[in-house]
Amino acid sequence: MKEIVVISGKGGTGKTSITASFAYLEGENIVVADCDVDAADMHLLLQPDFKIAKDFYSGELAVIDQDACIYCGECKTVCRFDAIPVENGIYTVDPISCEGCGYCSRVCPVDAITNIDLLVGEYYISTIKTKATMVHARLGIAADNSGKLVAQVKNSAREVAEKEKKELIIVDGSPGIGCPVVSSLTGAHYVVLVAEPSLSGLHDLKRVNELVKIFKIGVGCIINKSDINPGITEDIKTFLKDEDITFISSLPYDESFTESMTNGKVIVENGNENIKEILKNSWEKIKELTNNKSE
Amino acid sequence: MKIAIASGKGGTGKTTLATNLSAFLSESEKVVLADLDVEEPNSGLFLKGDLVLEEVRYKMIPKWNEDTCTLSGKCREVCNFNAIVQLGPRILVLPELCHSCYACSELCPSSSLPMTPQRMGVLKEYKINDNLTFVESRLDIGQEQAVPLIMQTNDFIDLNFDNTTIKLFDSPPGASCPVIEVTKDVDKVILITEPTPFGLHDLIIIVETMRELKKDFGVVINRYGVGNDDVIDYCNREGIDIIAKISNDRHIAELYSGGDLIYDKVPAVRDELERVKSYIFSEGEGM
Amino acid sequence: MRIVFTAKGTEWDSDMDPRFGRTQYLLIYDDKTDDLVSFDNREIDKEAHGAGTKTSQRLFDLNPDVLITGNGPGGNAQSILERTKVEIYTGAGEMTVREAYEAFKNSKLPKY
Repeated sequence: MKEIVVISGKGGTGKTSITASFAYLEGENIVVADCDVDAADMHLLLQPDFKIAKDFYSGELAVIDQDACIYCGECKTVCRFDAIPVENGIYTVDPISCEGCGYCSRVCPVDAITNIDLLVGEYYISTIKTKATMVHARLGIAADNSGKLVAQVKNSAREVAEKEKKELIIVDGSPGIGCPVVSSLTGAHYVVLVAEPSLSGLHDLKRVNELVKIFKIGVGCIINKSDINPGITEDIKTFLKDEDITFISSLPYDESFTESMTNGKVIVENGNENIKEILKNSWEKIKELTNNKSE
Repeated sequence: MKIAIASGKGGTGKTTLATNLSAFLSESEKVVLADLDVEEPNSGLFLKGDLVLEEVRYKMIPKWNEDTCTLSGKCREVCNFNAIVQLGPRILVLPELCHSCYACSELCPSSSLPMTPQRMGVLKEYKINDNLTFVESRLDIGQEQAVPLIMQTNDFIDLNFDNTTIKLFDSPPGASCPVIEVTKDVDKVILITEPTPFGLHDLIIIVETMRELKKDFGVVINRYGVGNDDVIDYCNREGIDIIAKISNDRHIAELYSGGDLIYDKVPAVRDELERVKSYIFSEGEGM
Repeated sequence: MRIVFTAKGTEWDSDMDPRFGRTQYLLIYDDKTDDLVSFDNREIDKEAHGAGTKTSQRLFDLNPDVLITGNGPGGNAQSILERTKVEIYTGAGEMTVREAYEAFKNSKLPKY
């Protein structure tokens, strides 16, 4: 079983549209995982049926039993996160600031503080319009810890792939360089970077590549909107060469990306033939690279 | 006054708005812009100025003292993040998992885990013009937690800039912990989105988050003209202020790609920033 | 020699668990005594953070010579296991425990 992860560092590069296209092209023979749980958008293109929904708990939250509290203030003294405000002598926990470290409950002399498991979201195992299975998630409002939810989505996708005897998993990865993207990359066999030719795009590509290097896996790059700034497109290509990253393809700036999205379609479903052809070839190349690099 | 610029979805023009707005406001006001998208700070590509300060930033991590340790096992027991393991007679701390709660350090019976600073990133301050200061914090590659660096940058701004300065914060994308850290203490939040299904979906999430935090907020629509009217219908239905609309224009995308500011080259954008300015100075109604 | 497997069950015919940190069971085989014993690791699901380090701690306490698993440990677990003498073999994620042991004996598994 091989896992291909698509990431971009910067948002708005077309990562999700491109990932959904690859998933669509592969039809039933793939498992899809949306690990961009902070902004999970792929379902808008692939129309999952939300068949199975599961609660997702992560981390802990301190709760003070007001009947047992003796107002000694020990909990507030040890809390490094300013999560225990006092109002009219009453100690409470601010759920947004609480990190769930449990220090307060360990020092409370009357055991008035307990830690409860926190429900932070839901994840789903769905069938999408290609009949393939997709694992995706929704983080609760103002919830924390998307890194663990990413790991959960990926693990479920692996279980599904094993059960359905699918050889490929495609992952829409998280933005940035922090904990969620580290979880997205863990265990992957090949990484596709989607870049755009802007100073920000190049800057973020370089940063995310520094992270990818730590994982020692094969890397390729697709340059989207390449004609917006041909000069920077060349800079990106030079960078790819220097870093030994495979240049997969470049796509022109095209409003049909937005148009298909507005119609709830994957771009290869009703986009123009030129883009469809480039994406088809890109996907074949990625599959080949994945099989070569990881054997 | 503290204003955060946020967006559920990445790549909707958050940095474009933050940099252009701060430069525009600095024509008449004292302004500091802080780039708190510490994982991918980009505002500095658009604002050029003199570096006036550069500081390494640290987070506090316990450091094992072999000589005094009695191997009580307390540290391992109290760590909720599994950041401490005991390998035979040795204690190992995993800095990436540590949340700096101090429990192991302060509950250790032999005080053998003193908290010590560990580098997590760099804060830089630039003077762009007489009225505009730019502060950028950048997380080191391999550091997974953005929140501690955001907190320190917030404290730095509070300490160094008084109430006569407008404080603008360029927030990270999304709606989870780093965004909450940026927005929880601000007076107003400007949400930027694009009028597409992705834009709407991610706008709804950030709107719900801002309501949870009880923030005063309004929406700026970028790339206005693409997609459909669903974002506008949603805002009208929910009674959310649409502060400004920046038209979809390939010329803007090209200027942006080269690191140029836009409002001084495209008059229509300046008009929209004027509206954003009125929103900032309007009396908050609360949401 | 003591060999530890990450597995989804407690028998030789159980499937391997490809995950290290969040493996359901650790099976310990001692080839001198021919004993196969299991350690139930399922409560690891409750851990929000650092499952890999917690399982590494358990592994250390079991004191094996060899670990056979699927995907290989993540970064934090790796930095712990580096400090132990245990040799790690991966790529056995889609086998049964018995098949994984045979593959290991025939040097078919990549060393991590």
